[in-house]
Amino acid sequence: MLHEFIVAKHTGMRILIIEDDNETATYLGRALREAGHMTEHGADGESGAAMAAGGGYDVIVADRMLPKRDGLSVIEELRKRGDHTPVLVLSALGQVDDRVTGLRAGGDDYLAKPYAFTELLARVEALGRRMRPGAAETIYRVADLELDRLSHTVSRAGQAIPLQPREFRLLEYLMKHAGQVVTRTMLLENVWDYHFDPQTNVIDVHISRLRGKIDKGFGEPLLHTVRGAGYMIRDSAR
Amino acid sequence: MTALGKVVRTTAFKLSVIYFVVFSVFAVAFVLYLSWSTNTLLESQLKETIETEIRGLAEQGRSGGLAAIFQTIEQRSHSPGASLYLITDVNGRILTGNISQVPADLFERSGMGMITVPYERNLGEGPRHLAMVQVLRLPGGFWMLVGRDIGEREEFRQIIGRALIWAVALLIGLALVSWFFVSRRVLKRIDSVAATSRRIMAGDLTRRLEVTGTGDEFDRLANSLNAMLERIEHLLVQLRNVSDNIAHDLKTPLTRLRNRVESALAGPPSDETYRAALVSTIEESDRLIQTFNALLMIARIEAGPPEGAMTEVEAGAIVRDVAELYEPVAEEQGVELEAVTPEPVTLMANRELLGQALANLIDNAIKHGLPAGADRQLRIVMSTAEEHGRLVLRVADNGVGIPEADRARVLERFVRLEKSRSTAGSGLGLSLVNAVVAFHNGTIELADNAPGLSVTIRIPIAPET
Repeated sequence: MLHEFIVAKHTGMRILIIEDDNETATYLGRALREAGHMTEHGADGESGAAMAAGGGYDVIVADRMLPKRDGLSVIEELRKRGDHTPVLVLSALGQVDDRVTGLRAGGDDYLAKPYAFTELLARVEALGRRMRPGAAETIYRVADLELDRLSHTVSRAGQAIPLQPREFRLLEYLMKHAGQVVTRTMLLENVWDYHFDPQTNVIDVHISRLRGKIDKGFGEPLLHTVRGAGYMIRDSAR
Repeated sequence: MTALGKVVRTTAFKLSVIYFVVFSVFAVAFVLYLSWSTNTLLESQLKETIETEIRGLAEQGRSGGLAAIFQTIEQRSHSPGASLYLITDVNGRILTGNISQVPADLFERSGMGMITVPYERNLGEGPRHLAMVQVLRLPGGFWMLVGRDIGEREEFRQIIGRALIWAVALLIGLALVSWFFVSRRVLKRIDSVAATSRRIMAGDLTRRLEVTGTGDEFDRLANSLNAMLERIEHLLVQLRNVSDNIAHDLKTPLTRLRNRVESALAGPPSDETYRAALVSTIEESDRLIQTFNALLMIARIEAGPPEGAMTEVEAGAIVRDVAELYEPVAEEQGVELEAVTPEPVTLMANRELLGQALANLIDNAIKHGLPAGADRQLRIVMSTAEEHGRLVLRVADNGVGIPEADRARVLERFVRLEKSRSTAGSGLGLSLVNAVVAFHNGTIELADNAPGLSVTIRIPIAPET
């Protein structure tokens, strides 16, 4: 199964897909439902805006270029009304400046077409998570691994683990999204603040270093590689 | 647009009109001033002549009485070029002089000093002439008139008037002629420019605008337009090359992809074969997407900086960031990676692009730096420095380097040196670096690091605004 990594207890989200290409929308809808979410589909800018205005969605996935109405203007309207539903902007334009305009319009994340579904799913779930309480907690815990965001300390099974600043941020991001898949590009964007696609496996090596520090010598491995998608930190015992 | 409207709208016509008006005003003012001052001069001369005459006659009168005056006037009247004289009795009967008829009311106006009156030289010819006269009352009720004909002055005035008309006519003529020649010349040049542009638009990009070599404004314009055309042609050629390369570099993996799916379908049905085919299809399409993205990115960067693309960045921090990002990979590959950033260099730049350029250079150095089993450890040194108002970014390695002949070529798109054909990569890494450098108005230099390759990027530090 492509989505074998989805945690079973994961509660589904209501996702609105605003996408004019029918095949893409159908595929996205089916794949997201398989991943345990509920989806609805708006086929153009106007109907998408009307559905979004109805509210009740956890995440909106909006194509940027839509018939009848530009995707960005739909987001702008939402934000003007004080609606902060997270929006993932999809676009065939994927360069630095497009990204900036997409985010400036009120989008929360930006994904360039063509994308891997795993990438989209990981981002959608990361966005949905943001809406839930607990995102602002100061101590992250996964099994016996503990990360204190204020004192910048990490310990496992009560044993302090010294980390480099970047390693700390890497772990912090992974633990913030514990139980969710985090892709390599998400890590590069959020931990290093770069949006390019490094040709070599730079992120993998950082992860394996981190793994050496937090998993090696402790019983249960917490930092997992999700084949074809990315990484996930989770308590496999639960 | 009517033909007349077209003519009126030309710059040459407007300029001619302006020149014509300006010169006309000057000419008319000059002639008027000339005639006015000449007139004044002539008039005062006339007056003086008449007064001198009267003084002379009065002298005669004092010594010889009326008879002497009569006699003098009689004499003078008939000498050539004489002034005008007239003596009448109380009843206005002419006693002597060279005037036949004066206006009847003349003597009533005698107290008015010098006056201008019409007169008849010979009886019956009509008051054809004008004179400036002084009328005096002599003892015994006689009237004496002394004056000068002012026909000369009138003639002069007419000459000036005619001169004025001629001058204006001449000006109009000259304006027309100059307009004709100027506009013909200008229009000829403009038409030639228009014709050439049409031919260029029709597709003949090798055409250039005519440069006459006179160094005039048209030549200057033609020169800059030609430089622009040169650039456009160069870009088009480049574009053509790129699309050829795209065709090749995207079609090859597409063909591979198709072949793989086809052969999987052709073989005996097996989940395992299908799965393997699908996995490799995804991998291949990911590579395609990567190449495509890199191409788009280069195109976007070359199109110039979008709004807000430049922010204040510290080059040393970017170098350290990238070094930190690549350090684990380098270590894993047994490569020594060092960042030398002695002093902060702050400039207006795009952090994302600079970061990516550095990442590409390190990628390259690691990938192509040393063949397996080399006798030394690969060492990559990234450094920043400030030199003559420019940021100097250098990535140097001690690997195999690039032969001098290939150094300029590797910056172009899709160029992959033979020895690296086998390794992964799109051949776009260095061209992206090149585009990023151009985006920052910088220069890039590939040199021999003896051994190895040293890439030096110089970017002007924009004034902080």
